[in-house]
Amino acid sequence: MTATTTERTNAEQTSFGQRLADFGRTLVSPRGAVFLLLALLLIAITVLNPNFADPGQFIRFIQRTAPVAIVAIGQYFVIVGGELDLSMGSVVTAQVVIAGNLIGDDAANSLPVLGLMLVFGALIGVVNGLVVTMLKVPSFIVTLGMMLALLGGVLFWTGGAATGNPADEFREIGRGGIRGVPVLDIIPWSVIILAVALTAAIWFGRRPFGRSIIALGDNATTARYAGMRSSLVTISTFVISSLSATVAGVLLVGYAGVHPSVGRGYEFIAITAVVLGGVVLGGGRGWVVGAAAGAFALEALFTLLNFAGVPSTYRDAVQGVIIIAAVAYAATSFGTRRRRGRSETSLRQGGEGPTDPMPDAQPAPHIPSTQRADTTPTKGGS
Amino acid sequence: MRRSRFTVASALVGALALFTLAGCTTDPSVTAPTDDAGGDTSNEEEVEWFDQALYDEQDAQRGIAPEGPEDQPWLQYIDAEFVDTSEYASDGAKKGCFANASISNPWRQTGWITFNEQLKVLQDSGAISEVETRDAQDSDDTQIADIDYFIEEGNCDFFIISPNSTAAMTPAVERACDTGKPVIVFDRGVQTDCPVTFIHPIGGFAWGIDTAEFLIEELDEGATVVALRILPGVDVLEQRWAAAEKLFDEAGIEATDYFTGADPAEIKSIISDALATGDVDGVWMDAGDGAVAAIEAFEDAGVDYPVMTGEDEMSFLRKWEETGLTGLAPVYSNFQWRTPLLAAEMIFAGEEVPSEWVLPQSPIQAGELGEWLALNEGMPDGHYAKFGGEDLPGYPTVWEDRIIP
Repeated sequence: MTATTTERTNAEQTSFGQRLADFGRTLVSPRGAVFLLLALLLIAITVLNPNFADPGQFIRFIQRTAPVAIVAIGQYFVIVGGELDLSMGSVVTAQVVIAGNLIGDDAANSLPVLGLMLVFGALIGVVNGLVVTMLKVPSFIVTLGMMLALLGGVLFWTGGAATGNPADEFREIGRGGIRGVPVLDIIPWSVIILAVALTAAIWFGRRPFGRSIIALGDNATTARYAGMRSSLVTISTFVISSLSATVAGVLLVGYAGVHPSVGRGYEFIAITAVVLGGVVLGGGRGWVVGAAAGAFALEALFTLLNFAGVPSTYRDAVQGVIIIAAVAYAATSFGTRRRRGRSETSLRQGGEGPTDPMPDAQPAPHIPSTQRADTTPTKGGS
Repeated sequence: MRRSRFTVASALVGALALFTLAGCTTDPSVTAPTDDAGGDTSNEEEVEWFDQALYDEQDAQRGIAPEGPEDQPWLQYIDAEFVDTSEYASDGAKKGCFANASISNPWRQTGWITFNEQLKVLQDSGAISEVETRDAQDSDDTQIADIDYFIEEGNCDFFIISPNSTAAMTPAVERACDTGKPVIVFDRGVQTDCPVTFIHPIGGFAWGIDTAEFLIEELDEGATVVALRILPGVDVLEQRWAAAEKLFDEAGIEATDYFTGADPAEIKSIISDALATGDVDGVWMDAGDGAVAAIEAFEDAGVDYPVMTGEDEMSFLRKWEETGLTGLAPVYSNFQWRTPLLAAEMIFAGEEVPSEWVLPQSPIQAGELGEWLALNEGMPDGHYAKFGGEDLPGYPTVWEDRIIP
């Protein structure tokens, strides 16, 4: 199978009725599991506290999830491309501290510093990407090193303590929004930025370049044989993730304020969100919307535990166990689905044809060797 | 094969998630269990943090007028028993060795600046030649190594130790005592009375009593209080909560506690959720870091400000003034960072010093707020109002620019 034979999308061949049925299947499939989980969590929250369903409250919930969802979207591109970015949390922290220290009380500094932050974010992505591709160091190690280097830099700069918050005008991005909106009362800028980021990510994922990322994560050797400039693709994914961490940092400095603990653990939350969203660690499979939904599910879990009044001493444990259970469920149902999916495919199509067994479950269904990946490890080095 | 791969990956992520969500372990500001209230803590394995005897002692000390020079709280003392130091009396400038737990929070940074300014004064007067400092960066192991280094090759005339944790640091402090040189311990304590003096403010229970009594007085029975705690297991913080929780229970205040890691994003989410479930009448904090985020959560939700206790950190005092909320700023006296150096001077002069030097610790009340704000006008947000360095030569620029030595 080569990239050219799969240029036709399955969606074009499927009727509306089939698509609806596929949608239903998607919900119970592992890729849809995260949406089911999110729905269950939201329902549970609403039962415990009906106020939550109030549009004004709900938009606030989206607002505060926006930073971690954006980080998850960035992490999605790295993971689906077959790498990991552990430096995202510390990029958030570094950007928060940069904003606090360089903008200070002077709102006039906002734009230049914002520009600087974006350049800095992109630079970190380029460095991560270059070391991974040129020096062939595993991304786990490179980004772990970057994480420590950045945290060390922040520690050196601040001594580990909070400095002052930046000007209110700058914080407005993460804290404010369009006010006086009927029903919602406020549309936070964060929500708009998240919507834009998600739309851009979906669009980007459907562009040839976005597809190359998935192809690369699925099978790097094939991708290279197909003539892909894999280094460029990998570097871009790291730039995307660092930039998304930068955006999250801008939102967080507004939402919360400056503190060296802001952003702590975001890389793991993002990885958890991505995996919860049905994206395969190791790359090649996944849907960016699932990753964002994973982030919402994690935040909903946090809120649920708040509402349920779980004692502080063991709430971390409860949270951890639920996450493991959710990820394990996704893993098991993946396995079942895959086995069933294979036999269904053979029944319907009389063997492994070029058509993907889960058309709509795969936003990029035409990626080469998705099926082959069912029987062999993604990076089998064919 | 594929499936097992995925399961392994899931397990990995699950483990990472646990690691993160229990994430305090990666927090550089984590301080291992400590004790700020004397070398008599023998209940290390006890889970319960409440200690009636210590509680009563600190409760009583709150009401005692400190003795000592009126305008120098860092030289005042409560309930002091003096020890003779004539054996150490000697002339000439002495070299000090300071094993510091860390400067990883704004409170310790402020104190560290004050410490260095006080040192300059004593260097000018010829009492101290220099102080060599090693920063353990919140690590017990590092601090033990630091102390041993000082003993072996520090060429120290005296030791100042601000322990990272109580039990772990005790043997190292004893080794320092064995050198025969005077040892001064401050802030958190150790389980030995071998140091010449142990300097600390009254303590965590006093903090808890001050803050809880304030909230109980301002709120009605059945009121809801959100208690924001930095992290579990640090006894200076646990004692604050142990005292407050006891008093809230007795007064029928509904207090729910949360661990925040001092992360303002987390604080904001916790308060927002609490506000979504019902009214929040009061906010109690075991340290003021993040107080502003808590207040902002009330602003964002468009509800009335709570009755609140924070700390004497400038960010909270300013927000308190700006919002006009009903508040109290408990104080864990930052000026204690001056006392160890002055104690060293006294010891080498052969003057007697309190063996347990309990410094005053009094909260900033609403009535004094304006005064403390005016006194610290140009100071940064991370500065502590009761830092006690107004008479030192670098005042105010060194603290204003927050030049960390």
